[in-house]
Amino acid sequence: MTLGAGLGVRGGNADPNRRPGTTKGSRGAPGEPRRIAYLYILPAFLVYAAFLLYPLLRAVQLSFYDWDGLTLASWVGFDNYAAVLQDEGLRGAFGHALVLIFFFAVLPVAVGLVLASILNRARVRGLPFFRTVVFLPQVIAMVVVAVAWRRIYAPDGSLNGILDAVGLGSLGRAWLGDYSAALPAIGFIGTWFETGLVTVLLLAGMGRIGNELYEAARLDGAGPVREFFAVTLPSVRGEIAVALTLTVIAALRTFDLVYVTTRGGPGNTTSVPSYEVYNRAFQLGQVGSAAAIGVCLTLVIFSIAFLINRIGDRGDA
Amino acid sequence: MKVSSGERTANYVILLAFATFALWPILTVLASALGAPDSGDSGGLTVAGLHLGNFAEAWQIGQFGTYLRMSLLVSVFTVVVSVVLSVLSGYAFGCMSFRGSQVLFYVFLLGIMMPSEAVVVPLFFDLRAIGLTNTFWAVVLPQVAQSVAFGTFWMRAYFRSSSRVLVEAARVDGASTRRILWQVLVPLARPAIVTMIVLVFMWTWNEFLIPLVMVTDESLRTAPLGLAFFQGQYTSGFTLLAAGAVIVATPVVVLYLFLQRHFIAGMLEGAIRE
Repeated sequence: MTLGAGLGVRGGNADPNRRPGTTKGSRGAPGEPRRIAYLYILPAFLVYAAFLLYPLLRAVQLSFYDWDGLTLASWVGFDNYAAVLQDEGLRGAFGHALVLIFFFAVLPVAVGLVLASILNRARVRGLPFFRTVVFLPQVIAMVVVAVAWRRIYAPDGSLNGILDAVGLGSLGRAWLGDYSAALPAIGFIGTWFETGLVTVLLLAGMGRIGNELYEAARLDGAGPVREFFAVTLPSVRGEIAVALTLTVIAALRTFDLVYVTTRGGPGNTTSVPSYEVYNRAFQLGQVGSAAAIGVCLTLVIFSIAFLINRIGDRGDA
Repeated sequence: MKVSSGERTANYVILLAFATFALWPILTVLASALGAPDSGDSGGLTVAGLHLGNFAEAWQIGQFGTYLRMSLLVSVFTVVVSVVLSVLSGYAFGCMSFRGSQVLFYVFLLGIMMPSEAVVVPLFFDLRAIGLTNTFWAVVLPQVAQSVAFGTFWMRAYFRSSSRVLVEAARVDGASTRRILWQVLVPLARPAIVTMIVLVFMWTWNEFLIPLVMVTDESLRTAPLGLAFFQGQYTSGFTLLAAGAVIVATPVVVLYLFLQRHFIAGMLEGAIRE
């Protein structure tokens, strides 16, 4: 199974890669031109190599130097990587990313599973409209999202207004300026952003489960809860893997949101790896350290995507 | 499936609550943008109690005309170039067999997940060394590269699933490799290409980090970047900021309302960049 096949669930078994027979048939068709393929790939490869591959290698190279971006760089070996593990601020940033993963990925998948399985049981009208609405956050620029939520979280914003209205006004605060509330507040924006996507994805997966599976479960006397664990959950493992991949990567890459809402503050309570990369490279003049964080981030993202897809595959088999 | 009417009602309640939650921040911004100006003077255009004049004022103060123009140029260029390049490379990966195709394809796959945070640092310093920072190209070319990685993956999947019989028939008729692509496959691939166009357009329009790093010149700012700076400078109220936010979000939202099938299908099936 390739890394890529897990990225797209092209309609379950409609996936061309999985249809038996075609994989072999698609290669080496008689009279197939061979070398001209390189010519077709060349332009795409040139742009890709120049602006993604080469910079990635350069990032690895830079990560071994101490460089302020202006004067001569000096070789420091693995010091920048050691700092990622030892520097308290950096460890903190990766720790914050873990908190964001809970809010961006775990919570939306849990909520999405419940919502989708309830909605899947009864066909109600207006589902297409609902899909359009809950998916809407996905297409709005993060900067715009951040501007909107800053307003909601403001001392005189609508969140405090709601708390006041239900008699919990004492819980109200300047959410993004609060040392303990700022990170969960940013995380919650992620929950808002990702839940719609995850629910729509899971609903599509559940729609493909055959009715006879549910009927069999009912004959066995299964209630809604057992039905969920025995039929629904195992059938959407692939979709859960895709949802987790998308949302975990989004959590790890959170930059715009932090940049516009808190810039890592108050204190360092909302600094995340992506923000540290930007801050160190372009504000503090610690280019080598920034590159090392970027490389670590890339490695973490690659391995998480690989792992989640491996687990998802095993479930399918 | 038979379910009680109670459950059906519960479903509607859940749907309604979820939809309200999803719309809450969006409506907050819209309401502020259409509300009374912070300055209190009620000049400007007002229609049915909605203060449309706010948009005109934000447009002027925030220079959103310049930013939207830049965003449009950046997005259109990125879409056109990356779609053409991806169709070409996707065709090769999907319909031809050649040595090293597997390895090469994996190399492209890496690009789908590669975070811009990692590459933007060396890119900035290398482009600065050759005098390309603070230009249109510094904003556009890295994004073309990202889109090409996704597009190659996307078009390859489409071409692999397309009819081999059709390709063989065209070849028997003596069509060249090039004609098979442009006259047989591409017309059939229109839905896949439209999906790719809307996704790349949205990603490029909404991109923040790359323009933030690459550009200092005000006239080269894209719309989201302009909005972020507008927020930093304009702190005396929320109305104009909200109006600016609406202006920045509207083009993609309108596109989404018309082509939502493509957006949803594309993002669920293949989207990992973002």
